[in-house]
Amino acid sequence: MQEFVEFTLGGIASGMVYAAIALSLVLIWRGTRILNFAQGGLAMLTTYLASIVISRTGSYWEGFAAGLAAGLVLGAVAERTVIRPVESKGPMNAVIVTIGLLIFIEGLAGIIFGGQYRSFPPAFSIVGLRIGSFSLGISRNDVFTAGAVLAAAVILAVVFRYTPVGLRLRAAAFGPQVARLLGVRVGRVLTLGWALAGLFGALAGVLVTPSTFLYPNSMDAIFVLGFTAAVIGGLDSPVGAVVGGLILGVVLEYVGGYLGSDIVPLFGLAALVLVLMVRPSGLFSAATTRQV
Amino acid sequence: MTLARHLAAAAAAAVVIALISVQLGSYRDYQIAEVAAYVIAVAGLTVLIGLSGQISVGNGAFMALGAYATALLQLRVPWLPAHLGGWSIVVIFLISVVVTAAGGAVVGVAAARLRGPYLAGATLLLAVAFPAAVADRYAGVFGGDQGLGVTVTTPAALGPAFPPTRWLTWLTCAAALAGLVLLANLARSRVGRSWRALRDDEVAAALSGINVARLRVLAFVVSAASAGLGGSLLAVVSSIVSPGAYTLSLSIGLLTAAVIGGLGSLLGAVWGSLLLALIPGYLSNVATSHGGRLFGLPSGATSFVPIAAYGVVLIVVMLAFPSGIQGGLRRLFGPVAPVAAGPLARLARRGRRAPAGLPASRHGLAAARHRGSGPRGDDRRGQAGEPSRRSGRRHARTRDTHQRQSEHQEEGTR
Repeated sequence: MQEFVEFTLGGIASGMVYAAIALSLVLIWRGTRILNFAQGGLAMLTTYLASIVISRTGSYWEGFAAGLAAGLVLGAVAERTVIRPVESKGPMNAVIVTIGLLIFIEGLAGIIFGGQYRSFPPAFSIVGLRIGSFSLGISRNDVFTAGAVLAAAVILAVVFRYTPVGLRLRAAAFGPQVARLLGVRVGRVLTLGWALAGLFGALAGVLVTPSTFLYPNSMDAIFVLGFTAAVIGGLDSPVGAVVGGLILGVVLEYVGGYLGSDIVPLFGLAALVLVLMVRPSGLFSAATTRQV
Repeated sequence: MTLARHLAAAAAAAVVIALISVQLGSYRDYQIAEVAAYVIAVAGLTVLIGLSGQISVGNGAFMALGAYATALLQLRVPWLPAHLGGWSIVVIFLISVVVTAAGGAVVGVAAARLRGPYLAGATLLLAVAFPAAVADRYAGVFGGDQGLGVTVTTPAALGPAFPPTRWLTWLTCAAALAGLVLLANLARSRVGRSWRALRDDEVAAALSGINVARLRVLAFVVSAASAGLGGSLLAVVSSIVSPGAYTLSLSIGLLTAAVIGGLGSLLGAVWGSLLLALIPGYLSNVATSHGGRLFGLPSGATSFVPIAAYGVVLIVVMLAFPSGIQGGLRRLFGPVAPVAAGPLARLARRGRRAPAGLPASRHGLAAARHRGSGPRGDDRRGQAGEPSRRSGRRHARTRDTHQRQSEHQEEGTR
């Protein structure tokens, strides 16, 4: 019972990190129909920046804010510089450009910061919480991690649903030509989508790095899991991204806890295949848009 | 006729490779053998993506399957070399290809319903999960992180003084060329035409009597078998099979090589493989020849310069040659640019239109139907910003979409 509670809560905490990456992928997929393989690399780079700011100023929260701001800027810059020219080309071209961007960013981080592992401070204590003598298996920092992603996701939902900017984002994703005719500056809106995706990626990076160390490839594994979460939830659905992240986090935590950590990737694959067997476009895909 | 042409091209390539390998030292021979292993794996992937319109980010897993099959056959089935001597490796290659083809059939059946990014996600996890997790879990069979050894004996007929790496080069290149001839014929055959048809328009293909599901699975089988042969060749080239060689980066590398070379083109697979195998090594050599320091950087940082440069090369090639190196070559020297639609094409940007006057497919079947996504080639006309051609896709949307549409209208008028 104690183990079960620990694994469940731990799975929720790590699942919310996958959800943040998944949300960033969904934001980009909805807007530009591009799979951004560079998302993890961007998050790694912003985490380095956050780490520098923290060590210079001594304040975690200034580094936190700097990391998120850098995510916004880097997402927008990436879209404007290398993605915009291939947006009108074939989809595989965009995929390769994002892979090239990932490799470039990881190389760049190695050149600037070196390849050695660095530690990254957590926001709050990482001592496990207990109720009386009952250990919960999560720390204050895990609660903050899950809460921060949840808060960001809720803010995103509110912005999408109730603000003019959100309406433009949805319109540009839904029908770029119609949106343009109605006066939406689609190009700017796409850049904004990438910037928001960069923000969510940066959030995931800052939140997960205390438990993984920081090095040029530190986000690769997290990116794969975030991508898996997005696919499980359905790449068109922000809600699906969060649910997919939670499902994946909890399942992998159970597998790792009860069966051993070496077969976690196999069960990730199994969970994904199982979901896709039942729903080939993810759990929360709204409608089949297959061409008939 | 086609077969004769492909055989002649392969024979010419074999002669050229044989002449080159005699001139070069053993290190260069080794590099040629490595490229040959990549070429056949990338060729299988380019057929899968460029012809059948499916995607796989996990063909490194099939390479691992082929490589482990080769190593295990050599270790566990000792009567093969006992009866066949040095030529037993050819039989082992054939069995390994059959094994990976079977693996490809399993994955293909599971993947037959998946499209675009969902297929990419499933195959990506395959690449992450397969070699590492299995090799760790069953270390007794697969040798764990240490891996398994593979040996190749030079046939006695070539004499005792024949350099082993040259034999390795000849062996791998012969196997890769044989695979390429088979793939080239397949691409020109009825099967290849059917793949193009279902890539361009699945429903039109089905209406024309093409068994879509069977052909999609077949494409996976062919691509897996090619990757398996590539893995077998890589196993004998590197004389060891360990999980570290078959990581996600290998799978991603195969994908980049296929796209950079030019999707759907076997010659493109050769260019892409050359890039994949030689550029990182070349850039590292440049770095070391400067005493391990470039631009005044410390040596630890310099080791990352080739990585960053490789990323830049990928981006620049993709921006300069949107249809890959082979597409760029054909644009420069040939009459018509090739058509290669990716698997995400039908999910791609809504409202891209086919260039006026060009049929949606060079191969007829879908030509009558104008679709949202036209030939990839190097058309500059289909860029966003032009008025969209409303395709059948819009009408096929289900109820949910209409609800979303009316929701938008309401908000628009509010």
